Amino acid sequence: MSTKTTTMVHDVSEKSGRAIPTRTPRSRRVRMTLVRLTFILPLVLYLLIFYGYPLFYSIQISLEKYDLQAEITGVAAFAGLSNYIADFQDPTFKIAALHTLLFTVLSIVPQFLIGLALALFFSRRFPLSRLLRALFILPWLLPLIVSGTIWKWLFNESNGLIDQVLSSMHLVPAHFSWLTTPGWAFASLIFVNIWLGIPFNMVILYSGLQTIPQEFYEAAAIDGSSRWQAFRYITIPMLEPVIGIVLMLGFIYTIKVFDIIYVLTQGGPANDTQTFATWSYTLSFGQQLFGQGAAQANMILLISLVVALFYLRWSRRSAESLI
Amino acid sequence: MLLNRKAIRTRGATILGIVITFLMLFPVYWMLANSFETTQEMFSNPVPLVPTQVTFEPYLTVWQAQLPHLITTLTVSIGAACVAIVIATPAAYALAHFRLRVTILLVFVLLLAQMIPTVTLATPMFLIFNQFGLLNSTLGLILADSTYAVPFAVLILRAFFLSIPYELVQAAFVDGTGEWGAFFRIVLPLVVPGVITAGVFAFLFAWGDFIYGLTLSTNNTIQPISLSIYTYIGQFSDYWNNAMAVAVLASIPAAILLVLFQRYITAGLTAGALKG
Repeated sequence: MSTKTTTMVHDVSEKSGRAIPTRTPRSRRVRMTLVRLTFILPLVLYLLIFYGYPLFYSIQISLEKYDLQAEITGVAAFAGLSNYIADFQDPTFKIAALHTLLFTVLSIVPQFLIGLALALFFSRRFPLSRLLRALFILPWLLPLIVSGTIWKWLFNESNGLIDQVLSSMHLVPAHFSWLTTPGWAFASLIFVNIWLGIPFNMVILYSGLQTIPQEFYEAAAIDGSSRWQAFRYITIPMLEPVIGIVLMLGFIYTIKVFDIIYVLTQGGPANDTQTFATWSYTLSFGQQLFGQGAAQANMILLISLVVALFYLRWSRRSAESLI
Repeated sequence: MLLNRKAIRTRGATILGIVITFLMLFPVYWMLANSFETTQEMFSNPVPLVPTQVTFEPYLTVWQAQLPHLITTLTVSIGAACVAIVIATPAAYALAHFRLRVTILLVFVLLLAQMIPTVTLATPMFLIFNQFGLLNSTLGLILADSTYAVPFAVLILRAFFLSIPYELVQAAFVDGTGEWGAFFRIVLPLVVPGVITAGVFAFLFAWGDFIYGLTLSTNNTIQPISLSIYTYIGQFSDYWNNAMAVAVLASIPAAILLVLFQRYITAGLTAGALKG
């Protein structure tokens, strides 16, 4: 509803904005355009300096033999694609690729499903629902390192709560080290990441649900449709664009997750939780192989771009199918 | 009878809602509860769900060492928020109301910029900052942390500007006000909520930063709080009550901002995702 009014207002303003220059002389029009450009000039410069240049630099050093020596001397030899090839041939690459894929999919799907269930639940207005919904966002606002630290303590093997509860139920041996046992470390990490992503999914899907006109459900109820039918044939199709956005953003956020892995497991034990993001960091700052690290980081960006392009194609198609 | 059943159902929903929210927030509760425990109690098995003897000992222990890190983070976050607002607000206005040829291109670039992983930017940023002597400096961290927020701030502010009728701005020109004059005197006061939203998010993004703190400070002269927690649990791995106290200190701004600006935060979160 609100977006509709916004676009309408915008249309009007565009029309009137177009009407003005035709009446003003050419020199004044040029001057006006120049003045108007000063509004975006800081942004353009900022983007060039803080996004454009680093990105260019990242691509450049990924094509160079940029190591510790090059960092000191400032001279690096052109190396073609050898950094990318070195990454591909490294045995860690396969492991990190698999982990990145599993981590992303196994995080996004539960995050989304739980977020949707909660959004539906909170859409039923009941006493305290507003307050509870507000509280729900808190984990999302906490610094990631804070959340990571809390979970590190919860998973702690000597006296962490998870260990205490589960071992008292005899489900795991006492002092089970979740974060250093292969397999369990990765599972724990995904568990934490799902917890982190639920608020975001819930908030976006909740606001998506609010845009579905109530009349649709009323009409469906008159026609005698069941709750499931209403969900299947009204909620899901109407929510489709929002679902697309949530999943795409979820993918872009998750593929670059670094902080939480770094604080909980540092990619270990023995690469068992290594993803592209953590491995890229290790290459650059652990092994001083800045060229290889940059190459790996660029690959993450490339994957995100490809997914975003697919999303754009899909969203255009789904928007067309709505009309 | 029917009303009665409905009343029971809503009450059931409230109870279920409280239970779910408690489960979700349990780690946050655990952080708070354990930050008031004595070290002795932290080693008891099981650690009590509610501290039996509330103590401020952990806070007293960490306070002095953490204060400089909190001040650093506060300075950096406020700085980054200011950079974001100063750069984003005029640009967002221009992208909303001026029919410039670059509008679509710039919006697209901003969307792409938001996708760039911080890890991708961190390596070149480190090497570039190294050349310009910006490593281990507050200014360097402010600039780096502002990258979290600028694209987001522009997109969110643009949505706010779009909701202001352009006629209002044009009316100002009649009085002979220039573009910038109209912007400051007429438009800006109308989008204060938008500026607050953008500022709150920019602050929170910078406050939560870890990667830039980790990569751009090579000695320990400037250490944001997130890095300080990380160092702390590495050094004193047995004193989890103290670690939780540091974590609580690092969470205070998020809690305060959530209480003060809950409406803005929810709206910003949604607008950032849906309109962007």
